[in-house]
This record gives sequence, structure tokens and C-alpha cells, in this order.
Amino acid sequence: MGALSSIFAIIVGLLFGFIILLLSNPSQAVGGFLTILTGALTHGMKEIGQVLYFATPIILTGLSVGFAFKTGLFNIGASGQFIVGAFAAIYVGLNFKFLGSANWVFALLAAFLAGALWALIPGLLKALCNVHEVISSIMMNYIGMYLVNFLVAGNSKLFDQLRNQSITVPKNAQIPKMGMDKFFPNSSVNGGFFIAVLFVIIIYIILNKTTFGFELKAVGFNKDASKYAGINEKRSIILSMAIAGALSGLGGGLLYLAGSGKHIEVVDVLAAEGFAGISVALVGLSNPIGILFAALFIAYITEGGFFLQLFDFVPEIIDIIIAVIIYFSAFALIIQSIIRYKRNSKRGGKV
Amino acid sequence: MDYIIEMLGITKEFPSIIANDDITFQVKQGEIHALLGENGAGKSTLMSVLFGLYRPEKGVIRIKGKEVHIKSPLDANAYGIGMVHQHFKLVHNFTVLQNIILGVETVKGGLLRMEEARKKVLYLSEQYHLKVDPDAIISDISVGMQQRVEILKMLYRDNEILILDEPTAVLTPQEIDELMNIMRELVKEGKSIVFITHKLAEIKAVADRCTVLRRGKMIGVVDVIDTDVETMSEMMVGRKVNLSIEKQDSQPKETILQVNHLFVKSRREGNQKHVVKDVSFEVRRGEIVCIAGIEGNGQTDLVQAITGLVQSESGEILLNGQNVIKNSIRYRSTHGMSHIPEDRHRYGLVLDYDLAENLVLQEYFTPQFQQGGFLKEKEIQKHAEKLIEDYDIRSSQGPATSARSMSGGNQQKAIIAREVSRTPDVLIAVQPTRGLDVGAIELIHKQLIEERDKGNAILLISLELDEVMNLSDRILVIYEGSIVADLNPKEVTIRDLGLYMAGSKRGDNYQELSK
Repeated sequence: MGALSSIFAIIVGLLFGFIILLLSNPSQAVGGFLTILTGALTHGMKEIGQVLYFATPIILTGLSVGFAFKTGLFNIGASGQFIVGAFAAIYVGLNFKFLGSANWVFALLAAFLAGALWALIPGLLKALCNVHEVISSIMMNYIGMYLVNFLVAGNSKLFDQLRNQSITVPKNAQIPKMGMDKFFPNSSVNGGFFIAVLFVIIIYIILNKTTFGFELKAVGFNKDASKYAGINEKRSIILSMAIAGALSGLGGGLLYLAGSGKHIEVVDVLAAEGFAGISVALVGLSNPIGILFAALFIAYITEGGFFLQLFDFVPEIIDIIIAVIIYFSAFALIIQSIIRYKRNSKRGGKV
Repeated sequence: MDYIIEMLGITKEFPSIIANDDITFQVKQGEIHALLGENGAGKSTLMSVLFGLYRPEKGVIRIKGKEVHIKSPLDANAYGIGMVHQHFKLVHNFTVLQNIILGVETVKGGLLRMEEARKKVLYLSEQYHLKVDPDAIISDISVGMQQRVEILKMLYRDNEILILDEPTAVLTPQEIDELMNIMRELVKEGKSIVFITHKLAEIKAVADRCTVLRRGKMIGVVDVIDTDVETMSEMMVGRKVNLSIEKQDSQPKETILQVNHLFVKSRREGNQKHVVKDVSFEVRRGEIVCIAGIEGNGQTDLVQAITGLVQSESGEILLNGQNVIKNSIRYRSTHGMSHIPEDRHRYGLVLDYDLAENLVLQEYFTPQFQQGGFLKEKEIQKHAEKLIEDYDIRSSQGPATSARSMSGGNQQKAIIAREVSRTPDVLIAVQPTRGLDVGAIELIHKQLIEERDKGNAILLISLELDEVMNLSDRILVIYEGSIVADLNPKEVTIRDLGLYMAGSKRGDNYQELSK
């Protein structure tokens, strides 16, 4: 039933996009729209690989935001956690060459831990001082961005001055292809996608099958009843933020170790993947499986959107479409409660 | 017969249940008509049909003899029907006046005109003896006054037919008496009142006639003056109900819970007062001790301190001889203390969880229900099924029912099932039968006595004086945060108990210490 409202939001978003296409260039509108819907599928396996590649980091930031949300916390800080994780990953990659072919494993682990630490600060502030996590997370986003820029630019081992970005990590630090290059030749996708899916499963299990997940959700639903049940609310908040941060950090590691030509650019721009994660979590209704599909979908239409340029449209139209989808998925929550209300009215339950 | 309202042959169906089955309900002009039934009998549904919240599948509604179609509460209002719900619909940070006029504001030239509204409200307040302070903020006033605001809302809209849904559930004994007087006044002024309840004593006190519903069907209409409570309860439940509690004398043994010199500070900002002052008492195995007192005299804080929800400032809480005052809530609940909380929605249940998850809320971490951090779902299901059966918890989908969708009475049964089945050494029950019907109350009283006879200790907090007198072996009266009397229910009258509760009398060992 929740899926219904998300699907509704997606359909509305796409229709809105179509209307914009019609308004900007009527003769090309249908073609453009079809491209959005099918572009990624009709340009060969490479494109499909690219979809998976783009989905990978936002699956993780989506999980990050969604997981925190289950405990009643808004992790707006996914962006900061993401870039801090990315930094930790490339730092290990470029400095700990002695780790040999297992370098990437340790790099990802570093990304994981760095993200956790970065989210721990808002978590502690919330649990111990009741500072709203949205405010402290936004602060941490900016601190993270500036700090990482500072650390990259100031370190000759990490900084490529000519291109104003981090140096390419050596082969050993890059995530192995794990067969993805056979399926999707020439694409940037690698084993990172499998890692992302693995974490979808892990988070699903944690939330639905463990006592820890039981406690986290209880705290998110009803703080007082959780206290009455003996659940330590402070502990739940802190651990939940730490895990959420770890997930975003890992996302950063997966993207920047993909060997795809992506480097940490020393610019004052917050990592977009962090905010995409919020969209993914909303459309996926904070459900791990939903998040997986939401991330794939957004990556899919983004990929299709690149081909809009063939039809004389600007690819920013895709950004508009995605924005509308997000807007309507917030509506999706309202629609969900309307559907629930109507259903309850019919069933005679307490409204 | 001059009926002001006639609901004839009303049938309201929902997918899995017929909530109202061919019900005929007639209210005479100027009477107080009680609508009696167990939880789930269909009383609220029937009134929701009258108030326009639901549309019936079959049936006809007549107001003053004319057939009407009520499509929404606005229609109902237009016909002069008003409703006060059990859970008030007031805006907490608005004033009394603002709440009363909300939705029917006088507006001239785009601006609110409050003076006319104020005049009318003050007039109504005087005429009907409904004391309110028009500028008080809802969150600051007592529940009794909030209810008067709700009644004024109806009078302000010139409602002639007033529906009150379980109005006394939230009131103190004094406030209940006041409400009864208000109802008599309203009827003298020509209003007609429908009063949904399952409290037989109140029906006897104030109603003229009573319609009894059971499982969606109308069982009968009686003249209250000619009918005794036993007959009414039998009509309501379908079998003879034992209204008095049968219990043997208690045989108390050793002390299980001992509270010594407990002090609890107020949690209001800047308030340094003690809400619990130097409280000492014990509860022994095999006895039911009841703390009686008017709401707001410290009982809530006392219980929260004993269970751990609130920090105590000083003193001792000895559970089985061990001082647990510094221990966590979980420690106390796993070492023999069970708690049926006062506010079932806030503390007792996670409404967004299902019934099975709520039933295991206090034990999910035990080896029975988890292994290595993973929940044992089959065990949790089995546990829920057993409790549903043993405690007659009614739910639409069994263990998978969302707690939010269950009726208040069944939610309470679930909490009681959870806490009693854990076989605690001491069971702390705060208002355990609040919102429950006669059949459920009988069941719970029986369970409490069983627990006591098994040798466990029960600390009961209750505002129902009948329950206090009948159920307890010992009564401790709390007044302004201190215990002022230790009474034997067999040796004290309700009137005297009321005096103790009001602070007008003190027990022999509890004379006020001179400062």
C-alpha cells in the first residue's frame, strides 16, 4: 500500500516532466519523454552498467537517511558523512600502499568508520543535549566539506594541483570489478554494486529481525513507551546515527574508489549524493527494499536524461522531474494516510 | 410520543463486521437518554451515524418527525446536533474563547470580532452554570473545565441535541457530580441529551431512559427508574455479571515492596516543590494495597518514581529487600516489578507496532524470544496467540492487528495480559479498569484477586471509589504528596474516605507535623 503512493508520486512526476517537455519543444516532446523512460535500456549493456554505477552511492545514502528515519531522526548530514568517508577511503588508498591487493577493503572500512564518527557528533549532541539533529548535521555537512577540501589541498601526497582534485588512487585501492566488466563492458560499474545490495539486505535484517532493530523502531514510534519498556533511548539515538553515518561514509568510499575517473574536487560544493539519499529514502518510504528500487529508478531516469540532449533539451529537465517526484512523494505520505483513513472509515476502526 | 430524534432500522456495515444491525433508537425531547453497551457493541458507531461521520447502509433518521439525510457533521450541526467526544477536540495552545468559536467566528470586514462572541459565551456560561475562564489556555486548565468548554461549544452553536461520549471517563468524582448537575440544568432548559456510557451507577443517577446495545443489536429500552443495575448489566453482557467482588480475606505474608522516606521533586521548570513528600509504606505478599486520592495529589509521580520512569530525589525503594532506587527501569521490571501504566497510549503501547510486538514489549530481550540478537518470530506469535485467548483480547486480525486500530478496552486488556502474565512479585496497576466495560472490569478484578491469592503483591492506584473499597485489603490515602491515612476498607465509609482524600481528615499515625 505504501508502494502505491510512491508509484503515484513517480507517475505524477513523470507526467509533469512531460508537460515541461511539451512546453519547451512540442515537436520533440514525445521523443524526449520516451528517451527518459527507455534511454538507459536502449543503448546497450554499457548504459545499464552505468545505471548500476550511479545507483550504488545513492543506495547507500538512501539507506543512511532511511535507517535514521526509522529511529525518528532526520539524517540531513548524509552529505558530510559521504565526503568524509570518501576522504578516508582515498587517504588509505594513497598512503597505505603496503596493504597490497587488500587495500580497497581497508579503504572501505576506513570510509565506514569515518562516516560513523562524523554522524556520532550530531548523535551525541541529540542524545545528551537534545540538540536537534537537523541543525547539527547541517553544520557537520559544511565542516566536512571544508575540512576535506583543506586536507586534500594541503597534502601533496593527495593533491593534484593541476586539476584541483585528489590524485587517482592506485589499482589496489580500487574496488575490483567482480565480473561486472563481463556483463557491462566499458561501464564504470564494479563490485561496489554488490556491496550496496549486500547492505540493503543487512539493513533489512537489522530492522526487521533483530532485537536492536525492534528497539530502534520502538524509539522512533514512541519514545515514552520505549522508556517504559526499559529501552535506552539515548543509546538507540547514538547507535542509529552512527550506523547511518557509516552507511553514507561507505557510499562515499564506493564512489571514489570505483576507478571511474571520479576524484574529490576541491570546491565548496556539498556532495549531491547526500541529498539524493534523502530523495531516495522518501520515495522508498524508508524501507530498504524500497530504497534499492528508488535508487535504481532515479539512476535510471538520470541516465535516460543524458540522452535528452539529442532531442534539443537540457538534461536539467531530469533534475526538475526528480524534484517533482520528491515533492509528490512527500504527498505520497499524505495520500497514504488518506488511503488509510478511507480504509479505516469503511472498516469501522478508530479513525 | 414526541421524539426529537428517531433512528429507525439503522444498519451500518464494515467489511468484516455489522456494527449496527437494524437498530432503532428514539430520544424524547427533553430527556437524558443513556446508550449502554460493552466496548465494541456499536454505540459510538451509531452516534457517528447520527453525527454525520458515517452513512448507514439502511435505515432512516428523523429529526422532530421529519426525515433527514445527514451527510457530514456540518449537516448534523445544522439540525442542532452536537457531540462531545471522549477524546476532546480542543486546540491546546488556544484560549477557551478561541476554541469555542473556532469554525463559527464572527467576522466583519475580514477581521475577527471577538467582543460579541465573548458576550455570548459569558451569557451561556452563566445561564447554564458552566464555569469557565474565557482567556485561559486549554493546556493550563483542568480536564473538568475542558469538558465544560466542549459543552459550551455545542451551546454556542445552538445545538438542541447534545451527544456526550463517555463523558465521565476523564473526571474526578467531584467533577462527575458537577457534570450531572449541568446535565440536569441543560435538560431543564429544553435540551435533549444522549449519553454514551457503560457506567451503570451514573445511568441510575441521571438518565431517564436507557437503550442497551449488544454486539450491534438493540436489546431493549428501559425506564431507568424501574430497572436495577443487575438487569441492565445482564442485558448488556448477555449473562449474569457479578457486580460485587467476591474475595476471601487476605493472608498477607512477607513484605515485597518497601518504600522508605521517598521524596520526588516536581519536574515543572523552576518549580522546587516536592510532589512526593516523605512517603513510606509497604506492600506484602498476598495483599492488595490501594493508594487513593484525588487526581493530582502525587500518585502519578509516586508510581513513576517506584517504576523508574522518574528520578527520586532521596529515599529507598526496596524490592524483595534490595534497594532499586538507582536501578534502571529494565532492572526493576526484570526483578519482579510489573506496571500497568496510567496512560495506555503514551506509555503502555507502541501504537504503530502490532499486537504481537506489543505483547512482547517487556520480554523481547529474554532467551525465550531472541537468540544472539535475532528475534524468534514463531515464539512471539505463539505467545501472542496464547495471551489473546487467555485474556479475551478482541482484535480484527489476531497477533498481526495494528495496536492503533484496537478499541481502548482491548488495548488495555493487552497491556494487562502482558504485565500479569509475567508473574511479577509486585504488580503496580494504575487505573487498570479505566475505559473498560462491566464485563471486562469483572474479568480484571477477578485476575487481580487471583494474583493476590497466588501470593503476589498488588499496588493499586484508582480513582473509582467503588473499586478502591471493594478490591483493596488496605487503603493508603495520598494528599498533597504525603500519605495521610492507612485505612481498613471494612472499617471506613465512602464518605469518610472522601474526607481523607480531601485532606479534611488525617489518620491516627499521620498527624501533620508542626513546622
